[in-house]
Amino acid sequence: MTELAIRAQKLDKWFGKVHAVRSLDLEVPRSRIYGFLGPNGSGKTTAIRMLCGLLTPSGGDIDVLGYPIPEEAEALRLKVGYMTQKFSLFGDLTVDENLQFMADIYTLDRKLKAQRIGLVIERYGLGKLVKQRAGTLSGGQKQRLALAASTLHDPELLFLDEPTSAVDPENRRSFWEALFDLVAEGTTILVSTHYMDEAERCHALAILDEGTLVAEGSPEELQQGIDASIVLVESDQPRRVGKMLEQQPFVHSSAQVGNVLRVMVASDLESPEKAVAEAITNQGLHLDYSRVAKPALEDVFVAATRAKKGKA
Amino acid sequence: MKSVQRILAVVRKEVRQLRRDRLTFGMIVGIPVIQLLMFGYAINMDVRNLDAAVADLSSTSASRQVVMDMAHTQIINVIRQVDSADELEHLMRQGRISVGIYIPPDFDRRLQQADRSAMQLLVDGSDTVVQGAAAQLAQVTQQSRTSPYNDRPPVMELRTYYNPERRSPVNTVPGLIGVILTMTMILFTAVAIVRERERGNLELLITTPVRTPELMLAKITPYVFIGLIQVSLVLLLGQFLFKVPMAGSLLDTYIITLVFIVANLALGLLISTLVHTQFQAMQLSFFVLLPSILLSGFMFPFAGMPRPAQIIAEALPLTHFIRLIRGVMLRGASLQELSGELLILCGFIVALMALAILRFSKRLD
Ligand SMILES: Nc1ncnc2c1ncn2[C@@H]1O[C@H](COP(=O)(O)OP(=O)(O)OP(=O)(O)O)[C@@H](O)[C@H]1O
Ligand SMILES: [Mg+2]
Repeated sequence: MTELAIRAQKLDKWFGKVHAVRSLDLEVPRSRIYGFLGPNGSGKTTAIRMLCGLLTPSGGDIDVLGYPIPEEAEALRLKVGYMTQKFSLFGDLTVDENLQFMADIYTLDRKLKAQRIGLVIERYGLGKLVKQRAGTLSGGQKQRLALAASTLHDPELLFLDEPTSAVDPENRRSFWEALFDLVAEGTTILVSTHYMDEAERCHALAILDEGTLVAEGSPEELQQGIDASIVLVESDQPRRVGKMLEQQPFVHSSAQVGNVLRVMVASDLESPEKAVAEAITNQGLHLDYSRVAKPALEDVFVAATRAKKGKA
Repeated sequence: MKSVQRILAVVRKEVRQLRRDRLTFGMIVGIPVIQLLMFGYAINMDVRNLDAAVADLSSTSASRQVVMDMAHTQIINVIRQVDSADELEHLMRQGRISVGIYIPPDFDRRLQQADRSAMQLLVDGSDTVVQGAAAQLAQVTQQSRTSPYNDRPPVMELRTYYNPERRSPVNTVPGLIGVILTMTMILFTAVAIVRERERGNLELLITTPVRTPELMLAKITPYVFIGLIQVSLVLLLGQFLFKVPMAGSLLDTYIITLVFIVANLALGLLISTLVHTQFQAMQLSFFVLLPSILLSGFMFPFAGMPRPAQIIAEALPLTHFIRLIRGVMLRGASLQELSGELLILCGFIVALMALAILRFSKRLD
């Protein structure tokens, strides 16, 4: 067996004139959580669908758990679980009936079925909801049910497409605890997200922008390898200062957090905080302080998507 | 074995969903009952029992004979005897009668004068069907004129085979079974797959190990039983309300109906794989339904249709079913005698199912 769960090479997908996924290369190791981070429309869902064999790629090769996809997608079905971005269980069936159906469709035998359903109900806190129609669940409850259903047959590989978009912070923590439990049992997880805090929990990340892989690595590697410096600036006129800074050629972007500006500047400056301070005082604007900060994952994300646009 | 398990899983799911879908559930019983009553009573294409009043001012044996002859046709149903033409007009304006018969005091004398009309028939012309009926009635009086004094019995004789009383429900009900099944069966399965596509369920279903033929089979199975329930309902009501005869065997009736149900379900499934929304599915279903009703021989005799219409009709399952069901129920034919038509229906099933399975791919694109 390969130690890679997923390998994709030069993966392409066109929808008519829309180039949704562009020459994507991907290597996902086993028993890891691998994250897809990217803005709306960056091709996360499309890429996941191609990896599960739901969409035919326009070009490229895919190998998932040793099966060439989409040719042998059918053989893969028993070994993967897929939680769709849009809730896709049956709203007019109860939680219990949905789980029964999924267990039956994966042909679990009677004993295993009862055991697995009991386990996921317990693990994802669905005990009080079993008799409720799935359509009437709250957004977060639906997502917990969907995760439960997609893990019923104990898949080797789990695709989760924005699994926590409607989950509150506390439940999100327990949701991720559950994911790490699965990984400890040997499951490989590919998860797409918009949330930085979730991205930070992944073992490795791929940042997608307009269908292109713009950065890849562990969160730490990405933060260290960022091609920019971060300067924090405080002033009594943050909006004016921010607007002015964005005009400067060496400034990539500026974002306000409370009263503080988080300014991303070119990495080749000798003293970034001084350059920023000079720019502000030269315009006769007030400055409280400017200092260099450690890049966060969000900065990596902004830098990566910006760099690509610069090239385009 | 696993295949059976998966089919049963989907069937169970479908039945559960069906039980909770009040609208569909209502349609299962509602459509057959309403259609049967509508076609049986309202759209009675042979006009019978038009309410009529008679003003017989001559009151001779000849005039009474003419009225009796007309009543015998069962086209009219005499509900009142009145004394003047004014009263007749009044009743007609009120809408209480559709036909008024005015016989003047000198009726007997007028009968012998070939240049004068002997009596008047007042007809509610706002209804074209009634107008048509009046033409038939006029013939009855014409016969009276050629045999004055009524020394011979009236010569009007109408004979119709298989339905001597010219009751239309007898002809309609067997065909109606086909129309009702076409209407409901195609629609049920035509929306079955698109609905899941629209709701997003399909993306989940196709990532499970369920195979396409299993899914298709499981989708139609619950509806086979529903179709049989509908047929039983129509047969029972038809027997109860209209005394529709059952000349052939009941088992044969169920066998051909079963085959027809599956053919329609397969057609519905194929439609479902061709469209993207439930609305399109309904449009396409009506696109099949309309020619089925008009060209199958249900409404108009097949033999009288132009050649192109006949060719289209041959491509509709309903045409073949109507021949089969009329054969069994009205003429008492056996399945051997009708095996050709039955085979054609089976051919439809195989072809439609195969196309549906080929069209449906476990992909999203
Ligand atoms: N079936 C389709 N037909 C046409 N275009 C499509 C189709 N599916 C996706 N696209 C386009 O492909 C691009 C990528 O879409 P995709 O759904 O993969 O984005 P995403 O990263 O999942 O976005 P989000 O975060 O909003 O879920 C978008 O521009 C979208 O409009
Ligand atoms: Mg998406």
